[in-house]
Amino acid sequence: MSVSVHINSIEKKFEKVEALKKLSLNIEEGELFGFIGPDGSGKTTLFRLITSLLIPDGGNIKVGELDSETDFREIRKITGYMPGRFSLYHDLSVEENLNFYASIFNTTLKKNYHLIKDVYEQIEPFKKRKAGALSGGMKQKLALSCALIHKPELLILDEPTTGVDAVSRKEFWELLKKMQKTGITILVSTPYMDEASLCDRVALMQKGSLLALDSPENIVKKYDGDLWQLSSSNMHTIIADLSEVGSGIKNIFRFGEKVHITSNGLNLEEVKSVITEELKSKGHNNIIVEAAKPQIEDCFLDLMEEN
Amino acid sequence: MEENNIIVVEGLYKKFGSFVANDNLNFTVRKGEIFGFLGANGAGKTTAIKILSGLSKPTSGKVIVAGCNVKHEANKLKKNIGYMSQRFSLYDDMTVKENFRFYGGIYGLSAKEIKLKTDHLLRKLDMVENKDVLLKKLPLGWKQKLAFSVAVMHDPAVVFLDEPTGGVDPITRRQFWEMIYEKSLEGTTIFVTTHYMDEAEYCERVSIMAEGKIEALDTPANLKKQFKVETMDDVFVKIARKES
Amino acid sequence: MWAFIKKEFFHIFRDIRSMVILFGMPIAQVLLFGFAITTDIKDVNIAILDNSKDNITMELSNKLVSSGYFILNDNLKSNDQIEAAFKRGDIKEVVIFENDFAKKLKKEGKANVQLILDASEPNTANMISAYTSGIINTYSLELMKKSFKMPVSIITDTKMLYNPELKSVYMFVPGVITIILMLVSAMMTSISITREKEVGTMEAILVSPLRPIQIILGKVAPYVILSFINLIVILLLAKFVFAMPMYGSLILLLLESILFIVMALALGILISAISKSQQQAMMLSMFGLLLPTILLSGFIFPIENMPLPLQWVSHIMPSKWFIIILKNIMLKGVGMAYFWKETLILFLMTTFFIVMSVKKFKLRLE
Repeated sequence: MSVSVHINSIEKKFEKVEALKKLSLNIEEGELFGFIGPDGSGKTTLFRLITSLLIPDGGNIKVGELDSETDFREIRKITGYMPGRFSLYHDLSVEENLNFYASIFNTTLKKNYHLIKDVYEQIEPFKKRKAGALSGGMKQKLALSCALIHKPELLILDEPTTGVDAVSRKEFWELLKKMQKTGITILVSTPYMDEASLCDRVALMQKGSLLALDSPENIVKKYDGDLWQLSSSNMHTIIADLSEVGSGIKNIFRFGEKVHITSNGLNLEEVKSVITEELKSKGHNNIIVEAAKPQIEDCFLDLMEEN
Repeated sequence: MEENNIIVVEGLYKKFGSFVANDNLNFTVRKGEIFGFLGANGAGKTTAIKILSGLSKPTSGKVIVAGCNVKHEANKLKKNIGYMSQRFSLYDDMTVKENFRFYGGIYGLSAKEIKLKTDHLLRKLDMVENKDVLLKKLPLGWKQKLAFSVAVMHDPAVVFLDEPTGGVDPITRRQFWEMIYEKSLEGTTIFVTTHYMDEAEYCERVSIMAEGKIEALDTPANLKKQFKVETMDDVFVKIARKES
Repeated sequence: MWAFIKKEFFHIFRDIRSMVILFGMPIAQVLLFGFAITTDIKDVNIAILDNSKDNITMELSNKLVSSGYFILNDNLKSNDQIEAAFKRGDIKEVVIFENDFAKKLKKEGKANVQLILDASEPNTANMISAYTSGIINTYSLELMKKSFKMPVSIITDTKMLYNPELKSVYMFVPGVITIILMLVSAMMTSISITREKEVGTMEAILVSPLRPIQIILGKVAPYVILSFINLIVILLLAKFVFAMPMYGSLILLLLESILFIVMALALGILISAISKSQQQAMMLSMFGLLLPTILLSGFIFPIENMPLPLQWVSHIMPSKWFIIILKNIMLKGVGMAYFWKETLILFLMTTFFIVMSVKKFKLRLE
């Protein structure tokens, strides 16, 4: 069983700050949907509105046929929510945490063990350990188990991978993919751009607005303009040394071991000569400029610049 | 020991009861180097950083940071290092200027020095008009940039950055790293942890810890060569997965 | 619901510090208050008004002074001087021998001594009169054996000046009960709820289908039980360590206490609803509940001596009414007929706070 979510020009203000600005989007049944954006982009606020922990200032949210304001009790019954800070009792053991969350949803660990088996198995050897003594990755899995224990139709995960190491993050996403196969709708938010490619569709968010809404492949496809990557003998000063390069170069960003460059309509040869000249004058060697394939983060940076 | 090494760690062990958090760590960090300190959650990074910054004592082994032995010169050490993390940074209920003044005071800067530095840093961060704004009103990215400026205000020999860019937007994250480069060129050693693997590439050398041991330590390029993979992400996964 | 209560008990028992607060404090308070007032007496200034001036009164006066407990400050000449002597403030007791003391003792086998005490410090006054009577009794036994060879009795008649009812003897017990119940119930619940807000677990509970009343009951039930245990501990201490009398019905006392506990718990929930952090909750309960309870409930300072505005304020302190009820039951031994009004007031307050707290407890984050 899964359920769709319809967000209809939702608005939310905190004092003077507009956390969400007339946001609209629809999430299909059974979709693994990602909200990608930095802190303050409105992801947590949106999730709290869907779970009806907050009331919108305008617009409405429907979970299936249910309205988030009036039918919030019904929504809460079918929703599994994992808040940003994992929401575990640090002085209770793994097992006690699970039992507690099972009981407040009127079920038991025994009855629904099969639902969380995939996740829980990985932490079961530590079931007597206090939640506070678990590593970040294990806490995250326990929190996921707690959110899944009552067989929700909609799973909402607020930054489940923040502060968690790259390996645990990968494992977590593998788990989510498995969960999705059981037919559950999953909303997940993350500040890590590289996780976008693991979702069916993503919303890139910035300051309460959507920058883009599409499948990750399409977002990358829609990237307009050319992108070049650059490396040289001295990557540490490269950004500073290029700070005065003018004539047609738009953006220069570090990107892992390379620098990504966008321009205002220059071709590869033109970019190459502008950059090489500038860097050579600053003492760089081995200057390589070549065409690059844009990633989600390039799109995000590009869209951020536009706004 | 080379004159140039600002951090020297030899045979560092740290045990909590029977649990070995740091198992025979050996490494050095040069003056002005940007040193990435990576590892899975629970691999022992936090323990090691606590020892290096004088908050915790090693069970055995020699640890020299900025010329101070962390075992019995912790107080002297603390004057020569800066520290910043995502969780602990600045006071939310004080203004930008008050935070500068407070931390400057802690590190024994004179009122005049603090004023000069504050003016200089605020101009550099383009935040002069925000100097009387309460910190909690500022976006996270700005706060983190401010926190870094405060952490290096007293020109420490080493600054420890514990996940300084978590949750920060991609543009600000890159601006943050430019600040790091600039400081390292001035001679401050940067000791940084991060979960963003692209940021690992920004470091001059990277160490990767797993289960209390340093499993790899080299430049990002050499590490990729050594593990025959394309990205630092893959290096990290190879090392951490091997363990589990 | 049961799981909720169980979890709450886990929190309490795994946190050594709150355990200490919960059970250490009542014991410490009772002992502190108890022993602070049962100090030994030494070198108490007294005056003697000897209307008889015979060999027995002289000898008895000597016995008193040489006991080491008393210092003879003044020999009074007449009854008129008594009040002035007390007003000078340096004496605590006047011992008055009646006319023809020795003669009466020989003829009738009994004579009267009157003890007049400054009872503004009631505990001290009690001690002094007890010591004085003790010395007098010992002396009369000696007299019986040695000189008279017949039963004689020296009758001591004690009169307390300034505070005839000895108001604060044992007063501390009702006061301490009130403070402890207030503290454990209101402060501990408000802190434990705000802790869940801080850690973020409240968010997950709110998103569950639980209703506010279920969450509230789950959170407070353990504290009802703990407060009740505390109450019993205090009563046992009062009885067995300080031999405090208990004149009224124990059942009634326990029932009234439960009413008060429920009221305090509701207050605790209210506090947690308006405070954002554990620290705030702690401050609010300290300054909003505990201090007024101590200062304005009549526990330490008599309400009738307060300026009128403060007296009005004291009317809205639930603890004031509870202390009155406790005193009535424990010290006067009277029944419900004498304090149904106070009970009604307390009941109305409790209902009010419960309604408020359930209303204020939001199923949302704002």
